[in-house]
Amino acid sequence: MRESTIMKIHYGTALAAVALVAVHILMRLTTGFVESLEYENVLANYKFVPYAAMLELILILLAVHGFNGLRVILLELKQGRMYEKAVSYGCLVAMFGLIAYGSNTIIRTNMGMT
Amino acid sequence: MTNDENKEGIGGMANPRRYGIERVAYLLMRLSGLGLLAYFVAHIYETSNILRGQVGWNEFLELTQTTGGHIFLAIVIGMCVFHTVNGVRVMLGHGGVGVGKPARPDYPYDPASQNYRHKIGIYSAIVLAAVAMMYGLAVMFGE
Amino acid sequence: MALVSHIAEEQVSTPVSSSKSITLKIFRYNPEHDDSSKFMEFTVPYEKWTTVLEAILEVKKHFDHSVAVRYSCRQATCGSCGMMINGKPRLACFTKISELDSNVVTVEPMNNFPIIRDLAVKFERLFDTHQKIKPYLIRDDTELETDEREFLQTPEEVEQYIQFANCIKCGLCNSACPTMATDSSFVGPQALAQAYRYVADSRDKGKDSRLKIIDESHGIWRCHFAGSCSQVCPKGVDPAMGIQLLRGYLLGFRS
Repeated sequence: MRESTIMKIHYGTALAAVALVAVHILMRLTTGFVESLEYENVLANYKFVPYAAMLELILILLAVHGFNGLRVILLELKQGRMYEKAVSYGCLVAMFGLIAYGSNTIIRTNMGMT
Repeated sequence: MTNDENKEGIGGMANPRRYGIERVAYLLMRLSGLGLLAYFVAHIYETSNILRGQVGWNEFLELTQTTGGHIFLAIVIGMCVFHTVNGVRVMLGHGGVGVGKPARPDYPYDPASQNYRHKIGIYSAIVLAAVAMMYGLAVMFGE
Repeated sequence: MALVSHIAEEQVSTPVSSSKSITLKIFRYNPEHDDSSKFMEFTVPYEKWTTVLEAILEVKKHFDHSVAVRYSCRQATCGSCGMMINGKPRLACFTKISELDSNVVTVEPMNNFPIIRDLAVKFERLFDTHQKIKPYLIRDDTELETDEREFLQTPEEVEQYIQFANCIKCGLCNSACPTMATDSSFVGPQALAQAYRYVADSRDKGKDSRLKIIDESHGIWRCHFAGSCSQVCPKGVDPAMGIQLLRGYLLGFRS
């Protein structure tokens, strides 16, 4: 993939994540911060499909943006063919790993498998 | 002298003192980005405790509902706001917005790209981050 | 005649400032012989108008002729005497000691350039990256053969790139760049600004090929708009502006 395409994805995920994370944070404030974190309320959030879908989207957007940012920083710190390949694939694996781990939480909680 | 390329290295890259507020913003952007990624990974792990049922969730929640936990979260809020506001500024700059127009340079050659619009953007990001942190602390300690 | 006498009067009336002196700390290192670098200190007299280069040449003349320094024009045109002066990349011939506001002036070789000896550094990498972005007008050959007239441009078209044509390849921008501090493969602000200089030239037809060259993992995207390059440029080139405008083409903001 060309670097310009990767960076367009980087910018796009950032902008989309800002909007969705704002909704996510506002949800903590509408019912009171401590109350919103109570088990029943959190569970209700997860079981509400549109909210769960939004969480999944935030997970994907931030994982893509965050691990690409990490890749950029690591590529600038050190150079070399092997190192750069290891960084790129390492960040890709970590990104998919985190998405899989987070999706597991969202999907299982949404389906009542807690 | 082991560095044949005479590169400044991480110390030079992370030194914010020589090139004005733009270089400070560059460093803060990196640090907040790394901090937010670390928090994001921890947050995904933390929230997975809901799969352990009410007992597991409450156990983990207790760890975060402390003074230290609140201060940590306030720092995360600050990093988040700075990274967002400064990120929008940088993105606009990357698209060529607000960087000035090419013109014949005159002495003393003040660079048009380092203009007040971007400086205001950086200071706004810092101020908004500070305000958001204070608001976050008020909400967390107020309850 | 009146003008000549006026100048003569001015010269007579210019007060000769009292001779002051500073401590000039010069970085000494020869990679072929020395295990480590060291600083040598010299007390050098200076006037209001004395430049750092003149102070270094004073040291060479009266104290230690072995100090290695590259210089030529003494008027910020050749781009030879770039060095770290009190921690920032500057042209030694363009920096007056009196402007530094310090009793100690420390001169070191430019960062991010391999050292030849003392204050002289290698420019190979800068010239390589400069060459990489094709710093010349790209035209269709057949058109050149048949067209005997010069390529005409409007003043507005000239204005688009003339600022970036002021680059003297002194390397100060590459020395100040935070990415260059750690990334040996980065194209660098000097070459990127020159890429914009040619892309913005209405006579040039090589935009696509240049954009392709810089759109790689150590190309234009490794610039994060810290702006240090523009702050140290002694000719007002403003590489940071050029790079962002160039990136506009890749992001679809410009065509």
